[in-house]
Amino acid sequence: MEKDVKKQQEYKDIAQKYEPKPTLIKNIIWAFVVGGLICDIGQFFLNLFVSRGMSLEQASTPVAIIMVFLGSFLTGIGIYDDIGRFAGAGSVVPITGFANSIVAPAMEFKREGFVFGVASRMFNIAGPVIVYGVGTSIIVGLVYYFLK
Amino acid sequence: MDYIRAFVVGGLICVIAQILIDKTKLTPARILVLYVTLGAILGGFGIYKKLIDFGGAGATVPLLGFGNSLAQGAIKAVKKDGIIGAFTGGLTATAGGISAAVFFGYLFSIIFNPKTKK
Repeated sequence: MEKDVKKQQEYKDIAQKYEPKPTLIKNIIWAFVVGGLICDIGQFFLNLFVSRGMSLEQASTPVAIIMVFLGSFLTGIGIYDDIGRFAGAGSVVPITGFANSIVAPAMEFKREGFVFGVASRMFNIAGPVIVYGVGTSIIVGLVYYFLK
Repeated sequence: MDYIRAFVVGGLICVIAQILIDKTKLTPARILVLYVTLGAILGGFGIYKKLIDFGGAGATVPLLGFGNSLAQGAIKAVKKDGIIGAFTGGLTATAGGISAAVFFGYLFSIIFNPKTKK
């Protein structure tokens, strides 16, 4: 019995040696490249609006709208999830990923109806993001008010 | 040059998230919540603005930038309207993005169907 345990441990050690190396480096490179490219698309539109006379701050709103549009559209036609399969966080973290988190579950649960299927599933992930984001911003505002 | 800076800043923000996903038990959904909260905190301290000045869209497009806009909006509104601004400023500043997400999100969820799983 004791011998068995020892053998099992030996086997584990050997197996571990031959296990494929974690794909962390590959994931990191993909996340960097895809995340960077998505931000460059944003930069393109940002430059476009600024060159039309908007301030940097004003231009960030239309850029956000366009990126959200692109993210939801590409999710709708099924391309965004193909990108996400290898891009990982590179496609999750940009605001296009926020749009993706809205459309993907909403499409999936359409058969449950347009209210509890589509409309409520849209906020599976977006809901918590808005709750924590808005909540934190209110605290920031209150702290600023009292410390000012 | 601004494209290179946006690429590097945006790419690095995604790399940090990727490391967190691979090395901890954080799921992508939790990363999004973490990033928007962190962005709002950094925005509250005025730190995030420096990153935007350097990285442009590389800093505004990731969800950290969304959190920063919320916090900056709240502070701006407090300056203008007092304490009530803490409750109006965040959503006012991000109204475009959130409304677009609701509108386009609903629209494309209705129009398109998920691809059949292979």
